[in-house]
Amino acid sequence: MIKCLRNRWEQGYRTSSYPKEKISLPERYRGKPVIKKDCDPKIIEDCAMNCPQEAIHPDQCTIDLGRCVFCGTCERIGKGQFVEFTNDFEFAFTQKKDCITDGHIPDLHQDANMPIKKLLGKSLQLRQVSAGGCNACEADTNVLNTPFFDLSRLGIQFVASPRHADGLLVTGPVTRNMKMALLQTYDAIPSPKIVIALGSCALSGGPFRDSPEISESLDSLLQVDLFIPGCPPHPLTILYALLAYFK
Amino acid sequence: MKHAFLKIKNGERVHRESIPHLPFDVFCDQLISFVFHKGHIVQFFAYMDPHCKWLVVLRNSELYVAGCDVPEKYLSFTLQYEKFHMFEREMAEQYAIKPMGHPWLKSVRYHHNYPGKPDCFGNDYFDDIPGCYPFYSIQGEDIHEVGVGPVHAGIIEPGHFRFNCIGEKVLHLEIQLGYQHRGVEQLMVKAPLKRLPIIIEGIAGDTAIANSICFSQAVEALSSISIDQDAQIARTIVLELERLSNHIGDLGALSHDVAFLMPAAYYGRIRGDFLNMLLLLSGNRFGKGWVRPGGVNDSITDDQRQQLIKSINLLRPQIEHVGDLLFNNSGVLARFESTGCVSAETSEKIGLVGVAGRASGSPYDVRHAFPSGFYTNLNNEPKIETTGDVLARAKVRYREIKRSLHIIETLLQHPNHSDMRRKAIPFHPSAFVVTLNEAWRGELSHCIITDKNGNILRYKVKDPSFHNWTGLALALRGQEISDFPLCNKSFNLSYCGFDL
Ligand code: SF4
Ligand code: SF4
Repeated sequence: MIKCLRNRWEQGYRTSSYPKEKISLPERYRGKPVIKKDCDPKIIEDCAMNCPQEAIHPDQCTIDLGRCVFCGTCERIGKGQFVEFTNDFEFAFTQKKDCITDGHIPDLHQDANMPIKKLLGKSLQLRQVSAGGCNACEADTNVLNTPFFDLSRLGIQFVASPRHADGLLVTGPVTRNMKMALLQTYDAIPSPKIVIALGSCALSGGPFRDSPEISESLDSLLQVDLFIPGCPPHPLTILYALLAYFK
Repeated sequence: MKHAFLKIKNGERVHRESIPHLPFDVFCDQLISFVFHKGHIVQFFAYMDPHCKWLVVLRNSELYVAGCDVPEKYLSFTLQYEKFHMFEREMAEQYAIKPMGHPWLKSVRYHHNYPGKPDCFGNDYFDDIPGCYPFYSIQGEDIHEVGVGPVHAGIIEPGHFRFNCIGEKVLHLEIQLGYQHRGVEQLMVKAPLKRLPIIIEGIAGDTAIANSICFSQAVEALSSISIDQDAQIARTIVLELERLSNHIGDLGALSHDVAFLMPAAYYGRIRGDFLNMLLLLSGNRFGKGWVRPGGVNDSITDDQRQQLIKSINLLRPQIEHVGDLLFNNSGVLARFESTGCVSAETSEKIGLVGVAGRASGSPYDVRHAFPSGFYTNLNNEPKIETTGDVLARAKVRYREIKRSLHIIETLLQHPNHSDMRRKAIPFHPSAFVVTLNEAWRGELSHCIITDKNGNILRYKVKDPSFHNWTGLALALRGQEISDFPLCNKSFNLSYCGFDL
């Protein structure tokens, strides 16, 4: 008992007060990009050629954040003259087409789905399905339940049964072997329901794009309401997206 | 024991012509005899060049390699040694090589075989449904089967667990994976070079650093790049940070599963602190985007070094105090002790590696047995437990946490100015390399074979979980079914790293 108390004392109070107070992430963290259109086209071309995800379109000076894995290659190669990743973690999309960005990212609060917001009110119950991927997206979703983020204080919970859920949060590129289980889980959720795609894999196949072992992209299988980019997205990005869209 | 295998070193490039290509019968005899003399299999896989060949990497106190041509069927080695069980199933699935008489020949991940031969299991794969396979079942009036997954209750990866029970007691557990199969090994052959590090980091996010190191070392060997010592130190630091974050997370999860919520919450948070250290260095909480062939992408600044030292100084006593709370609680001990036992004998038989192996008395640790990079300069004498239960696996982790903290603290004492050797150099043609590293779960190994033009002909990955899932299945025998979550956490194996 004494030990419990001593440890409790040592640990103190750890829960962050985000979103009321901002949190600053380390400098090397690669968040929302700044894209400089007036950059020398040669540099843009070079960045595009070296991008492992073919996410850069040099003609339009855009980056597809659905494909991007935030590896930082373009920033390094172009010495930040074309792309610079800021440490702003607040970005997510409601439209897949908006993921292709010239730096402008629509305000998620504006795009939020009002009827769903009203319907769900203060509580949101989600069922997560991991449909392939590397498990880092799952890990950084799970982490929202640790004391620092303490997701349930905000009225959001991950539930075991799809029958208790308001929506589905999907990670992974939807492997052929998981497609059936994913669709069955979706069917088991009562309507109306929402679908969230989390991570580059779920948005575009991510590192595994073009593999014959993954099936069609998630948004061609199900209607997706919210796209959260990253590989994996920082837990705060996930938190931001959930709060901005539903709260 | 006499054999014709070639002795090699971890991460050393060898010309394929120097690898003994033995007649099939000789290969089989020598392989069996090697395993009989307490030898272990590191890699055993098939590839096409232009017809089907085998390559095996073996270990005792040294590493060996050999190969041969393969017939379409042969008498299963598993009949003699259990260690071959998964390897033979994998080769049957990937290349349609049939091990005759294999006691449990079913697909590992459920996919087409690579050369497009008639399927060994009679599947057509047009339906996206894994599950066209039998499950081991026990007959009897009082027997009941429990099937769990692929979608589980929490936020975890998919896998199917089939229990055969009598009352609450588990007689047999069969674990069927493959739901996460993304075709990594095939992508590694087809995809352009620039994509490879990204695919590698997607094998298993929690092991992104160890996989990146294995890959980078293999590429460096194939291109004759040597990296500077500071880059090796930087890699060691992040590999140990990866180990720390996972081990600490695991101890928290174990505590959670026996409903002792304080250590669970504390260790859960402290795990996050270690992920944040990786974020500080690499810009990613799993260390993605940092380790690359040629070194590491940005060197560790003095400021970052000081921050890391400060965080570790702060966390070390907390880790110890929470550990004290966990390991001295009688309720915890009652649940951990004698649960999910894997005897030393069983462990040796199936070839357990890593934490699970060391908890069952097998002292194998790649950092000690085949050290690479800066580990050659460190003392890595492994310490073992012998009881093979949940408690032993927890204790091994706790000890390794302390060891890793010590390694990192030592390495952070000196400024680190690593240099990145960025130039892309073509791979040596007709070459072979195997790299091994002690990932936090255990021995992780990558192999690359290049063709005569220096292109990748075969890329093989073996996660420690490839050996250890069998250990979990055996640990459950004779346990209560309700002990499954605890046993599962104590192994904490990778689904995606296994499924590839
Ligand atoms: S950060 Fe994104 S856009 Fe830039 S190179 Fe990497 S994947 Fe491509
Ligand atoms: S998006 Fe990246 S982090 Fe998420 S599952 Fe895919 S590979 Fe892993």
